[in-house]
Amino acid sequence: MKKLRKKVYMTAGYNTISLGTGRREFHPKKPRPGIEYYIKEAGQGTLKQIGGARNVDEGAIGNFMAPRFNRQGNLPGFIPMIDEELQWKPCTSTEGACGSGALALMSGIKSVLADTADVVLTVGVEVQNTMKAIYVADVLAGAGWYQKRKNGHAYFFPGQFSDRAGAYYEKYGMEYTRKGFCRWFVNAIKNARLCPTAQEYENKVADLEALYNKIKPNGNTFVDNLTVFDCSKVSDAASAIAIVSEEGLKRIGIPKEEAVEIVGWAQVERNVTYDPPDLTELTAIKKAAKEALESANITIHDLATIETHDCFSIAGILATEAFGFAEPGKGAQFVADGNTARDGKIPMNTTGGLIGWGHPTGGTGVHQAVTIWEQLTDKAGKAQIEIPKDRPYGMTVNMGGDDVTVVAIVYKRG
Amino acid sequence: MNYEERLQNVTVLGAAGKMGSGILLLTAVEMADISLKPENRNKTYVLNAMDVSHEGLAGLLRYLKVQVLKIAEKKMVLLRKIYADRTDLIENKDIIDQYVFDVINIVRPVTKLEATYDSNLIFEAVSENKDLKVKLLSQIDSNNPNNPWYFTNTSSVPINVVEKEAGLEGRILGFHFYNPPAIQKLVELIVTDKTKKEVVEFAKTYAKNLRKIIVSSNDFAGFIGNGHFMRDALHAITEAEALAKDMPFVEAVYMVNKVAQEYLVRPMGIFQLIDYVGIDVVQFIMKVMNPFVTDEELHSSLLDKMIELGVKGGQKPDGSQKDGFMKYEKGQPIAIFDPDKKEYIPISEFKDKCDKKLGPIPDSKISWKSIIRRPDKEVLLGDFFKTMKTMKTFGAELAVKYGKRSNEIGKKLVADNVANNENDVNTVMLTGFFHAYGPVNTFFD
Repeated sequence: MKKLRKKVYMTAGYNTISLGTGRREFHPKKPRPGIEYYIKEAGQGTLKQIGGARNVDEGAIGNFMAPRFNRQGNLPGFIPMIDEELQWKPCTSTEGACGSGALALMSGIKSVLADTADVVLTVGVEVQNTMKAIYVADVLAGAGWYQKRKNGHAYFFPGQFSDRAGAYYEKYGMEYTRKGFCRWFVNAIKNARLCPTAQEYENKVADLEALYNKIKPNGNTFVDNLTVFDCSKVSDAASAIAIVSEEGLKRIGIPKEEAVEIVGWAQVERNVTYDPPDLTELTAIKKAAKEALESANITIHDLATIETHDCFSIAGILATEAFGFAEPGKGAQFVADGNTARDGKIPMNTTGGLIGWGHPTGGTGVHQAVTIWEQLTDKAGKAQIEIPKDRPYGMTVNMGGDDVTVVAIVYKRG
Repeated sequence: MNYEERLQNVTVLGAAGKMGSGILLLTAVEMADISLKPENRNKTYVLNAMDVSHEGLAGLLRYLKVQVLKIAEKKMVLLRKIYADRTDLIENKDIIDQYVFDVINIVRPVTKLEATYDSNLIFEAVSENKDLKVKLLSQIDSNNPNNPWYFTNTSSVPINVVEKEAGLEGRILGFHFYNPPAIQKLVELIVTDKTKKEVVEFAKTYAKNLRKIIVSSNDFAGFIGNGHFMRDALHAITEAEALAKDMPFVEAVYMVNKVAQEYLVRPMGIFQLIDYVGIDVVQFIMKVMNPFVTDEELHSSLLDKMIELGVKGGQKPDGSQKDGFMKYEKGQPIAIFDPDKKEYIPISEFKDKCDKKLGPIPDSKISWKSIIRRPDKEVLLGDFFKTMKTMKTFGAELAVKYGKRSNEIGKKLVADNVANNENDVNTVMLTGFFHAYGPVNTFFD
């Protein structure tokens, strides 16, 4: 079945800052903006670029756990709050854990494909600093199967990925693997320093490698195989982007060169009640990336950059293998050798990814799309990488849960 | 009776006080952790929080709830294992709430001494009044059939005096926490000639489980901590009084306080520390210690005068600082008390003048806060004090004199056999007073 029966574009991306530890604006004990603020800022940021709300046919919002983090449900109702002219228009919210953002993108893409909308305002948001990390862990554990919560780790998801890291250590060696993790962390921070909205933008540590190696995994205080530097942070942020048809582009007055074309996509769902078939493989991501690239009729070697879901360093390493850049067990080496750095063979997460930019769980998928849009349209500012003329493609891979809800999207310069 | 059996029924006397509440918190957590072991699940653990003040006990429970919650959040990884068999407790929040309840459920707030008659262990943290301590302990001991052990938190009364007057032969020791007990790592352990070995063994295990550092001090009034602090404070008071002959009193206090904090690189100035502890408490400790020291006079008429004027310092129930020698705003001194005018004079009125008179600090980059966690602090301090010794400024000279006096006090504590060695003196000041360096050093030679 043909996936793209007509052309679909994304444009007019906008990110709020990613607020949390690391940002100067962040004080754990002082009041912070609520979820409404982020939805509004990101939504208006996009509306300003597309000639206002009157041009919008539909709204979609991705969010994971506002009912717990913010005691707030019914998020579609917050889209008309962005602008009075959105009142009475159709809106939808999507939830698929940390993959919620990409589900909102897919909702927009499908509306355009179905000819029911020409311009979809898509927002992704999460405001998580409403509670301490130990309780955030409870909420995020909802991305796994609740029946397994009791026997899981206090820090449930770090625990899941610690098990993956442990399995990888066992197969290929801990020291070897952690060299790859370390480089992944260093790349993330260095990229984030080039992006003013990133949570690690102001990170000034001179020797990041020394910082990373300063602490060793300690199961008595955290998880067995990871340290805090292997983990994304707790973030408050929203991102927005417009998903439009060719007609839509005309309506909003944006030339194709300022947009990215969606040339392929894949949505893969793994049974959440099953354990991963292989701890050292991200099977759903592997399937999704393959299918998305096939539908775009290109290979990984045509990609100029990728935004991948590095909620943990191990997820970054395993992704390089799932995409096919490295054989199983060679991902750590691939990363340690600098291939995923901004000047490497395939730059990944060029504004810091989840570890460097931040991880507003339900908003991350949209943030990834905004970053690819920025990079392919030369709007990434200091974080801009060179996009080779013969490789005008980018890809986003957004994951909900432990390799459960996965969306991969392939973009081409418009 | 083994360690865990002894901790089945415990009392903290003066549980609502500053020290008592901390001791109660730590003991409640230790007892709860024992009670949660599978083999102890069917036993009952009782911790009497004994105090005369109902109001204080209400405040104690509020304090406990907040503090136990913090402790629970920090040890979540362990708690998940402890409650592994509780299928009804799934999320961290469920487990934390249960743990907070389990800890507080051990505590029995009581106001009548009868409640203590079943206890095996009594922590005494009532006010520094020897007669009161003796009265309470002897009353408990004559009514309690368990031959309980007594851990007194006194920071000044010789333990053997209480032991003898209350008739507790061999069953008492000094277990002196530092303020606040929940945070400070140091405990001074003081035994008498008669203290039984098993009491000492228990005390050591208990301290280890609470992750405290023990320094043994001999049974002389004031022990190591107050032995140094009281004399150090007297030096400062004497210096300030001498300076006040040539300048207003408030300026003298300001300068000596600043020298202690910034030139000697301490966490707070000496007059601020006196206020923190409480002028009344300092006066009282000196009064308790004085009869036991023969070669010096531990007394300050300035402190007496302040108390007479109703200026006491100490802390409010919410932990904020009460006004004493200095007046505080958000924890920072903003004015100094003038006993003649009986009013606080804003520091801003004389700060510039005094700072100019003191002269510059040897290195403005060196402060207690900037070096306390640095592994190379000894070297940094060495350079700092070396420079200071070459400076001929008023401030540097006051500081060197002060540093030398502190050194002398430290050495005398060893010479007088209060401390077993210089290292113990330094450990007490480093861990109990958060100093960046011990008083016994070569910086000021």
